[in-house]
Amino acid sequence: MRTLRVGDDALLVEVSCGEEAEALHSELARRPAEGLLTVRELVPAARTVLLDGLDDPDRFAAELTASRTPPAPPRPSEVVEIPVRYDGPDLPAVAALWDVTEQEVARLHATTGFRVAFCGFAPGFGYLTGLPARYHVPRRSTPRTAVPAGSVALAGPYTGVYPRPSPGGRQLIGTTDAVLWDHARVPAALLSPGASVRFVPVGAV
Amino acid sequence: MTDRALAVVRAGALTTVQDQGRPGHAHLGVPRSGALDAPTAALVNRLVGNPPGAAVLETTLDGCSLRPRSAVTVAVGGAPCSVSVDGRPAAWGAPVRVPAGALLDVGAAVRGVRGYVAVSGGIAVEPVLGSRSTDLLSGLGPAPLTDGTVLPLGRPGGLHARVDVAPQPRPPAELVLRVVLGPREDWFTPRAQAVFTSRTYRVSSASNRIGLRTRGPVLERARSGELLSEGMVLGAVQVPPDGRPVVFLADHPTTGGYPVIGVVRAADLPAAAQAAPGTPVRFIPVRRR
Repeated sequence: MRTLRVGDDALLVEVSCGEEAEALHSELARRPAEGLLTVRELVPAARTVLLDGLDDPDRFAAELTASRTPPAPPRPSEVVEIPVRYDGPDLPAVAALWDVTEQEVARLHATTGFRVAFCGFAPGFGYLTGLPARYHVPRRSTPRTAVPAGSVALAGPYTGVYPRPSPGGRQLIGTTDAVLWDHARVPAALLSPGASVRFVPVGAV
Repeated sequence: MTDRALAVVRAGALTTVQDQGRPGHAHLGVPRSGALDAPTAALVNRLVGNPPGAAVLETTLDGCSLRPRSAVTVAVGGAPCSVSVDGRPAAWGAPVRVPAGALLDVGAAVRGVRGYVAVSGGIAVEPVLGSRSTDLLSGLGPAPLTDGTVLPLGRPGGLHARVDVAPQPRPPAELVLRVVLGPREDWFTPRAQAVFTSRTYRVSSASNRIGLRTRGPVLERARSGELLSEGMVLGAVQVPPDGRPVVFLADHPTTGGYPVIGVVRAADLPAAAQAAPGTPVRFIPVRRR
């Protein structure tokens, strides 16, 4: 674990792997409610957790590095289920990359237990980990100028669902009717860091 | 039918509703947003008797024209400009009474970029995650104003300030940004670090609410490859592959994959909001507090 100061009042904690970042974020995220941490933003990412708006970043860094890395927390019992039709335009390309049939892509994806490692890119967009390394795929060489909302996509180690129409370079394998982001709903985001996620196939696979 | 409303007659190049933004949601990918020149937004609110967090209008370069349906007190600040009510000159930087149905015109910026228009009672559009701010990156909050938009107004609370003209900082002729180096300064060559803190850049016309973009010498990287996405703070100076620093402003993305060479002091960001394209920019290294 390494801590990097960011500006006057933020700290970037860098760890060695994604699982460690998820565990650290999970541990830190429960502290504000217990009055153990005052922070404006707590932002997990691929290998880091950012703490923005700390009173005393140096003291926090010293305490954090002195304590042992917290153990991975138990998985939350509630699983967010996202219904998906495996009908994406990049399904054949992904099947070729995985060296399996399109039906097998759908089966493998739908039987994987995912976790929201972090969010970003757009409100409600979660970076979901869980696919084994052999199923990680590159981005498309040419990004699409318009990806429809609800597109279920793969890029690198992550699965994600586009919350709204946007340009994008991820490989599209399916479509969901689930509403990833609705600011009139509480909570607005269907997926938040640490949540467990499963994709449930609907229609013909 | 309430008459506490404001009709937009001329929306201008880019006029948005802004308050103090929606911090605390970055972990969901939600930018903080909010007025770029926050001290000025608070000042014009105070001039009309609003709390500092009331929603105001933020104009860009060419002002806007508004017609309130009931009598209101307004105050215009930020980038200096002409102000008129039904064609008669009115005060800039001071409370101005606008009768019901009269036309308030906020002229083009003489200097600077962003004007702030507070209206007694505040702009009362429906808040999203606790804020009425328009976020141009993620599309949260009300859309940028268009001609014909009608905005609801809140109920006026306090008395407006009894001042002739409130002092305001001049838009910068040269933008001097104090910067705390890091966290990824080691991604740049020692020469690039020296260039960053000694050479003069200029504000690029591609700047917006997401970032102040610059023109100037390219900052050469000491290493190739990509940084994995990491959390970003307000004022972060990110260096994309073209090598020109970008200073993150209120609508910045919550995570990013380009290395951050330094972070601009929060106190210097309001001036950045008022630096017109072409303005010289210097980054001055400072020790962190």
